Amino acid sequence: MRSLAERDPGTPAARSDRTVSLQIDGLPVQVPAGTSLLRAAVLAGVSIPKLCATEALAPFGSCRLCLVEVEGKKGFPASCTTPAEEGMRVRTQSDALARLRRGVLELYLTDHPLDCLTCSANGNCELQAVAGTVGLREVRYGTSGQSHQGAAGDDSNPYFAFDPSRCVVCSRCVRACEEQQGSFALTIEGRGFASRVSPGPGGRFLGSECVSCGACVTACPTAALAEKSLVALGQPQRRVATTCGYCGVGCGFEAEVQGERVVRMLPSREAQANLGHACVKGRFAWGYATHPDRITRPMIRARTSDPWREVSWEEAIGHAAAELRRIQAGHGRGSIGAIVSSRCTNEEDWLVQKLVRTAFGNNNVDTCARVCHAPTGYGLGQTLGTSAGTQTFASVEQADVVLLIGANPTDAHPVFASRLKRRLREGARLVVVDPRAIELVRAPHVRADYHLQLRPGTNVAVLTALAHVVVTEGLAATRFVAERCEPGAFEIWREFVARPEHAPEALEPVTGVPAALVRGAARLYATGGNAAIYYGLGVTEHSQGSTAVIAIANLAMATGNVGREGVGVNPLRGQNNVQGSCDMGSFPHELPGYRHVSDAAVRGSFEADWGVRLDPEPGLRIPNMMDAALDGSFRGLYCQGEDPVQSEPDTRHVIEALQAMECVIVQDLFLSETSRWAHVFLPGASFLEKDGTFTNAERRISRVRRVMAPLCGKADWEVTAALSAALGHPMPYRHPSEIMEEIARLTPTFAGVSYAKLDRLGSLQWPCNAAAPEGTPTMHVGGFVRGKGRFLPTAYVPTPERTTPRFPLLLTTGRILSQYNVGAQTRRTENLRFCGEDLLEIHPQDAADRRVADGDLVSLTSRSGEAVLRAHLTERVQPGVVYATFHFPETGANVTTTENSDWATNCPEYKVTAVQVARAAGRSAWQREREAMLRSPAGEAP
Amino acid sequence: MSDVKVLTARWGKKDSHTLASYKADGGYGALEKALSMPQPGIVEEVKISNLRGRGGAGFATGLKWTFLPKDIRPRYLCVNADESEPGTFKDRYIIENDPHMLLEGIAITCYALDIHLAYIYIRGEFPKQAAALEQALAEAREAGIIGKKLMGKDFDLEVHVHRGAGAYICGEESALMESLEGKKGYPRLKPPFPAVVGLWGKPTIINNVETLANVPWIVKHGGAAFAALGTGKSGGTRLFGVSGNVKRPGIYEKPVHYNLKKLIMEDCGGTASGRPVKAVIPGGSSSPVLRGDEIDVSLEFDAIKAAGTMSGSGGVIVMDDSVCMVRVLSRVTKFYAEESCGQCTPCREGTPWMESLCEKIEHGHGVPGDADKLLDMANHIGGFTICALGDAASMPVQSFVKKFKDDFERHIAEHRCPFGEGAWGVSQDSREAVIGGMRA
Repeated sequence: MRSLAERDPGTPAARSDRTVSLQIDGLPVQVPAGTSLLRAAVLAGVSIPKLCATEALAPFGSCRLCLVEVEGKKGFPASCTTPAEEGMRVRTQSDALARLRRGVLELYLTDHPLDCLTCSANGNCELQAVAGTVGLREVRYGTSGQSHQGAAGDDSNPYFAFDPSRCVVCSRCVRACEEQQGSFALTIEGRGFASRVSPGPGGRFLGSECVSCGACVTACPTAALAEKSLVALGQPQRRVATTCGYCGVGCGFEAEVQGERVVRMLPSREAQANLGHACVKGRFAWGYATHPDRITRPMIRARTSDPWREVSWEEAIGHAAAELRRIQAGHGRGSIGAIVSSRCTNEEDWLVQKLVRTAFGNNNVDTCARVCHAPTGYGLGQTLGTSAGTQTFASVEQADVVLLIGANPTDAHPVFASRLKRRLREGARLVVVDPRAIELVRAPHVRADYHLQLRPGTNVAVLTALAHVVVTEGLAATRFVAERCEPGAFEIWREFVARPEHAPEALEPVTGVPAALVRGAARLYATGGNAAIYYGLGVTEHSQGSTAVIAIANLAMATGNVGREGVGVNPLRGQNNVQGSCDMGSFPHELPGYRHVSDAAVRGSFEADWGVRLDPEPGLRIPNMMDAALDGSFRGLYCQGEDPVQSEPDTRHVIEALQAMECVIVQDLFLSETSRWAHVFLPGASFLEKDGTFTNAERRISRVRRVMAPLCGKADWEVTAALSAALGHPMPYRHPSEIMEEIARLTPTFAGVSYAKLDRLGSLQWPCNAAAPEGTPTMHVGGFVRGKGRFLPTAYVPTPERTTPRFPLLLTTGRILSQYNVGAQTRRTENLRFCGEDLLEIHPQDAADRRVADGDLVSLTSRSGEAVLRAHLTERVQPGVVYATFHFPETGANVTTTENSDWATNCPEYKVTAVQVARAAGRSAWQREREAMLRSPAGEAP
Repeated sequence: MSDVKVLTARWGKKDSHTLASYKADGGYGALEKALSMPQPGIVEEVKISNLRGRGGAGFATGLKWTFLPKDIRPRYLCVNADESEPGTFKDRYIIENDPHMLLEGIAITCYALDIHLAYIYIRGEFPKQAAALEQALAEAREAGIIGKKLMGKDFDLEVHVHRGAGAYICGEESALMESLEGKKGYPRLKPPFPAVVGLWGKPTIINNVETLANVPWIVKHGGAAFAALGTGKSGGTRLFGVSGNVKRPGIYEKPVHYNLKKLIMEDCGGTASGRPVKAVIPGGSSSPVLRGDEIDVSLEFDAIKAAGTMSGSGGVIVMDDSVCMVRVLSRVTKFYAEESCGQCTPCREGTPWMESLCEKIEHGHGVPGDADKLLDMANHIGGFTICALGDAASMPVQSFVKKFKDDFERHIAEHRCPFGEGAWGVSQDSREAVIGGMRA
């Protein structure tokens, strides 16, 4: 349950412009019409005993403790289900009410273990608190009746325990699972006294439909559902408001701690990104932070075949600086560069690009956005004028139609998915464009109206076909376009998409999507009211990723679905701070705030502040760095919080490039695939160990606050500053807030951001400046950032990656709920219990053709290489398409992906690789090589 | 008092359940008439008829129909055939003997209220009756009465039979809708009432089988004629199901304001044992019990309410002076503990306690004060729960303890049941009993 110290008004806020005035226990209070008496009372400062009510959930009215008296009305209405009315006079305390409440509480206590002192909820239990208030002094019925004492519990979930003997059957867990999470995994089994919370027919949480989001645990008023960490450690002593370090939803959390020890992470109700909800990763999978694998001392070695040697910070930093300078002396200023981490804070990202531009003296800085949403930056920049999503997450609550393209939010952005599902349950319509039947195609009480199950690699064809229908059927928002977009560009585009070759019928052989579905989906999107597009890496990670983003923007502009609540173009960003790392100028061609390095005026402002001359030429992108390494012109890399060997495509190519470098500096929490090829290892600090800010997918800047001291003694920003100083460019910041001051000073969209304001308002969405001092929830209101919206034709060009007789299947890759990207964190948590290895999803038909059974080891081969992993037979994938995750380094899924990439941004084409699948006898050659290396002295931590 | 038979006129006839038999007796004539009437006119007739709900609460049917919001479609009709209240056995016989009368009532109601989809929710323990309904529906569809064209008129009507799964609570109208929607049968918070937010969130009228079965007669003879059969604000006749210790148990169709004592002593011939009437439960097991000396009362909804009880579902249970009231209450409390849905705490936790305390007293283990404790428990449940099951569970306890306190005190004082084993009165086969009643 939540902390009793948090005020819980019991029922959700009412949405009404009309207010009513009433009196509660003689205290006047004004509330929006529709507010419950319970909530009105709390707002008036009066607390009413309650057990089944909590603010996050719709009123239920079952505990019968919150009864009140209303003057002039008969009986004792439940305050949680009775709306406040004008002029009401409510009494919350009377002898009759006291008797009734004692009567109810007495019934609870006849069937409750009265062992409060040894209960994990001791001191933070709503039943205990209500008992204290109600003043029950005797349980007259004795305890001879039926009882749930001693009922078997369920410890199967790795993170929380269920003890039915402590359950008060308030249904808060069941309702949280339905209303907040939308999984409908829990129910009350049986009836009457036999009522029992149950995660479905098996009766055990693990293996049920439960996704371990923890909403039920948060909602439980007693210790019936409790975090195992809390059970083990006891109640926390203090809480620190911070931001999750996993995905781009950027959930706010309260870290509840004893000393420096985290007891639990509780999703914050005030955080606008998540409104009190969480997923299994943020809520529970934080144990990696103190995992014994953590490297806490700097290490160096001369050759990557040598064992690591622990050294002092001074020696490690000094050695790294000397090596970088030596390389530059021999091979030129441009022979070194850095990769910025999307997992680190804005302040840390700022420092790394600053280090490159000042101390390195070049622009060789790039970020993992290169491999995810670089096409978003390009595509939205070209059309709308800014490189970010247009909406807040709350906007989805106003959407009538949601077009979801190449994204699987229930796995990758689960907290947003829950919000989306809630809106869909309210009646919003859904179109899914995805080669796989993702969960949202058919989930509890959610069903996609259209699933355009396209062939991988044909996004642009489908999107252009949708536009064709909009234009040729007269569904375009001509007034919006006339007022807000470049007329000439629109005409060219309109003529282009209207061509017969772009008709859904003409493209059906290419995309595999029945034309009627495309037409239906287009009509729904164009005419169904507020229509919002959400998309993910299934759009960007293609040879035409940027084209697809442009096509999405075209579609939104053509139908007038930009610039207000409920609509928009929303990239679901993958990492906690990938938006921020892009904003902070982690690109070889852009200074912070997406301003080109060739712009002398912009450069001038930085030069004046930083006191150095900046290189006007764009630097190297990550793939360019790798290629340059192989041709000998790039020899030193500072890689912060990134594991390109596992995450970049075509692993062998990346390894060869790293092997060609003379000094690879890896800064990370753990030894990684990349650190196998590193010469300097600088220990990193987790999000729990430092101050800073993250920026989520809705441009929301939120504070990260230090919960414990860095295990290695330094936060990442301090390490970068030390390296810069060793290179002769001191960075004398005392606190990340001073870095933010510099960011605000030099970046117009951040001009109004400060730690003081963040502390005051909780979070800020950029642009935040004089024009929008409290930030900008919705972009392009009244006009596009670039002035007039620009349509661009989107010719479909098939990817060169095609199936052949040798490689007849198409591989697409992605991630799953319980594991996160390269898995460095989640593999070091109990999430392994949910998924312990990469799986290859294959259609039963394709499997049968290859005599592959579910669970067989199969070899996945492409022209790049081979990986061996276990097959999972499922009709989620269509025949001809296979799907793999890339969470486990021992699999080496990216050994098979290719060098193909987006024409505009080099974003790799992870989503389309021609492959063959066959039963495998053993591990692949690459896998065996890797294992051998890990067994050598060079592979081990000292 | 009138001897008009609105509901049972055709019972006992050969093949009375068939369409042919029904039509031969003028069946579906009322529907034909209704289809020629303006729809509000039908509602008006039902209002004039003073028809009140026969499911137990006795709410004015015509008034309920007017609660439908004007502009929201679709609307639904739910027919409550989840007849589960102990002592109640009337709707099943309507369905068995004259299912087309019910279907005609449904069709007229749907036409009058612009409803195109009706669900008959029938309790799972009625497989035979469900089959009878399906068969009647098939006949009516075949004959073009129900379906795309309602008796040839351009009005689409579909009727589904949905079988419950054995939960008493699903007879509660909002739990019934939840169950129909495929959810657990938990009663809903009211307001909003079903007429405004009902099945699938749409305006819904829920009426009992017997209630709707009256509608054809009302249309045929006019609301005023129906009202004239009754008294005051209650029109028509009712089916009273008399069981327990009487010579001639069964279903009796009588005017709504028929006298309870007359029903028992004259129509049913008094107790089978010949012993004095000790107690009567007048309207299904949840209605407060009457002592034998309190039964000279009209069964009309308002009149019997003034006597402190209710005619509820018309299930009259008669007990003679050999019956142990503690034992009876034990069984009644066991039923409600078994059937509590478990949503509200007082009912979920309180009904098992009432059961166990009752049993304790029954078996001679009670201690002084237990009867008052039992009363106190009931006083903490009734009126304080989301649905009326809490009331239904506590009203018997309250009335038994108050009216037969001596039975309870003797159990406690004597540490045993003073009535001995076998204190149940006569046992009979209920089916035979009802056939007997039909003859009456």
